[in-house]
Amino acid sequence: MPELARKRPKFLNLFAIRLPLAGYASIFHRVSGIGLFLMLPLLIWLLDRSLSTPEAYAQFQAVFDCWLVKLVLLGLLWSFLHHFCMGIRILLLDVHVGIDKLSAHNSAIAVMAVSLLLTAILGAKLLGIY
Amino acid sequence: MSHFDRIVVGAHYGLKDWLAQRITAVVMALYSMFMGAALLSGVHGQDGWRALMSHGFVRFFTFLFIVSLCWHAWIGVRDIWMDYVKPAGIRLALHSLTAIALVGYAGWAIQVIWRL
Repeated sequence: MPELARKRPKFLNLFAIRLPLAGYASIFHRVSGIGLFLMLPLLIWLLDRSLSTPEAYAQFQAVFDCWLVKLVLLGLLWSFLHHFCMGIRILLLDVHVGIDKLSAHNSAIAVMAVSLLLTAILGAKLLGIY
Repeated sequence: MSHFDRIVVGAHYGLKDWLAQRITAVVMALYSMFMGAALLSGVHGQDGWRALMSHGFVRFFTFLFIVSLCWHAWIGVRDIWMDYVKPAGIRLALHSLTAIALVGYAGWAIQVIWRL
């Protein structure tokens, strides 16, 4: 099977690549996904504490109020929102919606903008600003 | 390329995984919007939160979300290992640890909602 054996062009050096905006949106999709995966134990633990006894709920609140945890949760909030918005963009591209170069560029901008805006709005709530 | 050269930790099920990634994504997107709306409509204290999460439909939907999340994460994280980790032994170890962790997380999270 010569096709399989042939060396395919691959270039994955993250430090030498200059990406278009859609490329950054794509890399952020990956980074946010890995962040959410790594923090799953924290999220499940918080869910567990929040739904258990009143003592456990108090423990949940105490940990939730810690600034370091809030900072991590703020990062996870952006990760979730970016992953969500980018996921919708990918699903639309899959069904050939917005597949031309200009639309794809614009939708990448929209993903970045909407996820950052929602992070600001919901993050302010998380940090207790309102 | 003979069968001896075949990489044991390659993705043998490209289309199936690609499709599963999309379907689980849709389930999670729907669940996120549903829960977002439920939380915005007002949940008061731990009692309100417990009442929401122990509702029959919410529990069913949360179960689907947990399974979707772990399945989706498996495909995504495995793709990352396959892109950046070349030695087959290390890759196999990472794949195994990822799968084991995700199965454990799924059991843990399901237990959290099911004991309510």
